[in-house]
Amino acid sequence: MKVINALSKLCINLTWAARIGLFSLCIFALAAIFAPIVSPYDPHAIVGDVWEPLSASFWLGTDQLGRDLLSRLIHGARNTFFIAGAATLLSFFMGTFLGFLAAVSGGKADQLLSRLNDLMMAIPTLIFALVVLSVLPANMIVLILVMGVLDSTRVFRLSRAVAVDIVVMDFVESARLRGEKTLWIIFREILPNALSPLFAEFGLRFAFAVLFLSTLSFLGLGIQPPDADWGSMVKENKDGIVFGIPAALIPAAAIAILTISINLVVDSILSRTSSLKGGR
Amino acid sequence: MSDSHFLQVSNLEVSASINMPGDKRKKIILVDNISFNLQRGEVIGLIGESGAGKSTIGLAALAFARSGCGITGGSIKINGLDILSLSDREKNKIRGTQVAYVAQSAAAAFNPAHRIGDQVIEVAIQHKLMSKKQALSYANDLYAKLGLPDPENFGRRYPHQVSGGQLQRAMTVMALCAKPDLIIFDEPTTALDVTTQIEVLATIKNAIKDTGVAALYITHDLAVVAQVSDFIMVLRQGKMIEFGTTDAIINHAQQKYTQELVSIRVAEKIEQAQPSVRPLLEINHIDAAYDGSNKVLEDVTLHLHAGQTLSIVGESGSGKSTLARVITGLLSPLQGNIVFQGVELSAELKNRDIEQLRELQMIYQMADVAMNPRHTIGQIIGRPIEFYHGIKGAQQRRETIELLDQIELGEKYIDRYPAELSGGQKQRVCIARALAAKPSLIICDEVTSALDPLVADGILQLLMSLQKEHNYAYLFITHDLATVKAISDSIAVMYQGSLVRFGQKSAVLSPPFDDYTQMLLSSVPEMELGWLERILASRKMQSADH
Repeated sequence: MKVINALSKLCINLTWAARIGLFSLCIFALAAIFAPIVSPYDPHAIVGDVWEPLSASFWLGTDQLGRDLLSRLIHGARNTFFIAGAATLLSFFMGTFLGFLAAVSGGKADQLLSRLNDLMMAIPTLIFALVVLSVLPANMIVLILVMGVLDSTRVFRLSRAVAVDIVVMDFVESARLRGEKTLWIIFREILPNALSPLFAEFGLRFAFAVLFLSTLSFLGLGIQPPDADWGSMVKENKDGIVFGIPAALIPAAAIAILTISINLVVDSILSRTSSLKGGR
Repeated sequence: MSDSHFLQVSNLEVSASINMPGDKRKKIILVDNISFNLQRGEVIGLIGESGAGKSTIGLAALAFARSGCGITGGSIKINGLDILSLSDREKNKIRGTQVAYVAQSAAAAFNPAHRIGDQVIEVAIQHKLMSKKQALSYANDLYAKLGLPDPENFGRRYPHQVSGGQLQRAMTVMALCAKPDLIIFDEPTTALDVTTQIEVLATIKNAIKDTGVAALYITHDLAVVAQVSDFIMVLRQGKMIEFGTTDAIINHAQQKYTQELVSIRVAEKIEQAQPSVRPLLEINHIDAAYDGSNKVLEDVTLHLHAGQTLSIVGESGSGKSTLARVITGLLSPLQGNIVFQGVELSAELKNRDIEQLRELQMIYQMADVAMNPRHTIGQIIGRPIEFYHGIKGAQQRRETIELLDQIELGEKYIDRYPAELSGGQKQRVCIARALAAKPSLIICDEVTSALDPLVADGILQLLMSLQKEHNYAYLFITHDLATVKAISDSIAVMYQGSLVRFGQKSAVLSPPFDDYTQMLLSSVPEMELGWLERILASRKMQSADH
């Protein structure tokens, strides 16, 4: 009961933009979770003609092999959500931990971590990912690891910058004087005060991860056929555009809607948490 | 009420509306029914604790209210013109030209990227009151009048190239430059050292006299306002408590609250004799520097006995806080050592053992930033209990409540966050956190200087009664001599990183004085009419003698 109360309170206080974003995110999430139940056809089965238009039996038409586009979209949401989510989480765990560590340790450790990070960032992400993925076996774990590690460089920068401001505050000095260990300072003193910028960044990074995964799939290094994520569906159907067939635009629109929805929600949460700061 | 009054404020009301749970809006009255009149050349002092509405009244005279607030009643007339009825454009025209504002922190009010001179004349030029050339030469005249060094070239400097006191005077020049009729001084000397404050006060007073402007002088320090103002208005929680001439308020206060303000004197501690045992803390020949070359501390030697209070006093930049950093181990000294409880302390924090850390606690100046805003009071006080004594759960909560009782806050505060507490309460929590470790020495770094006088008084009394009960030793760092006189057993006076004078309180505070201590002692404003003139005259005579 308490949870429901809190949730309903949260919903009442949300802006309209955030409600719209939250609503479409819920739809996407439900579709992904219950994919086998809600999808009308088997995503891998050829059920009609090539590139059939929208109709009562195929709500979003069929793709370049005659598979139902809606079913593929729903199953593809699973890949897109899971891989992008896992990669973003990984990048945040790595990035914030190392960033805070650099800020708290200072001196040589900070220099070492920061310069290593610069080195990573100096290499264009996409090219780096292409090289690594073409060498390593193409499976989901590798994909998540590569995306997560590459993205963590951005998170590192942000979290270090945020933490450097917090580290000089008297309450951190007081924890140091008390003799607290570095881990306590990172997780108890700094993390709670860095949450709002990190949260905002999380939403943005998740959106970027979706786009990055789509890019990789589009280039043939992401999800391997016959499985699909939304990016690879755009790739598969791109030839249809020449013939005036909108099949490629539908997964593209799904990506756009997802990205915008995430940002709507994050924007509103950011404005709420930053006003919570009170004393700071 | 005659029309000859230049500024007429009548029934002023300023209020804020806040969102209450359940979509109700609640109106909070910040300033309630304030009326006063002012003639040219007169100064009215607004005095009260923080939150009394002093600054709100000052800003209202600019027809301005902070965001979320609004002027909801009354009228403010300047030269018979009701400025509240003007349009935003016309209000803007008045600001800076007819009414000017001098803020508390000149360092924050100046843009560090532009030269002082350009910022000083900006208003006059923007409102097309003078040509740039005229404005520059007028500003140069004002620099000279306010006693700034090298007035011809002063405007070419950047804000970081001048001292805090000079910057505060430059801010006064900025206000005067557009030849306003009314200046609002919002705590212009609060952030300054006593020795600097006296100069700034004198220049402000002269500037008001020379230019014949009217002024509102906002401060929490009654002794300061007594020097510059003709009238004093005492405010509390947005309401006027008492209004009268300076003489009437200082010498014949009618209201109880005003009498309390006038008579703030901390109960004086009776000095304890130095026992012949080995001192608790010995600081031997400490030299320290932040970058290796410029010494911030030079050959400082001090000692402190258990259960006693040693005050370290000096201006900002004298090395007081650096000494605290050396003692706590945050800064390694270049030379010298620190002996605590008969054992030499390691210079570096990480090489000290946990018992040494426990015995030596610190309380900070800014209680706001000394506590993690995301932890509850219970977590803040409970952590040292758990960390040093390994006590958890219900027992920890009991001890936390005991400590909250000791600092006179009580159990109901245990689940609150620091942001929900007032400044004085926050400082009390910081004290409780230090006590939780059961230390033998507590370093207090300017613990009362961010607080209102009545609140600060309460904190000092708390510290003193705790000392009596638990035999804590205090190392008290402060620039406030009244505090020093009240609480110490021994006093160390520091100037530019070295020790000027050190000894028992009675010895340090009795003549013969060295020059610096003499100046420091005589710079503390006294609640007495004509004190400023007397001091300045006697200083002039002294320098003529030399």
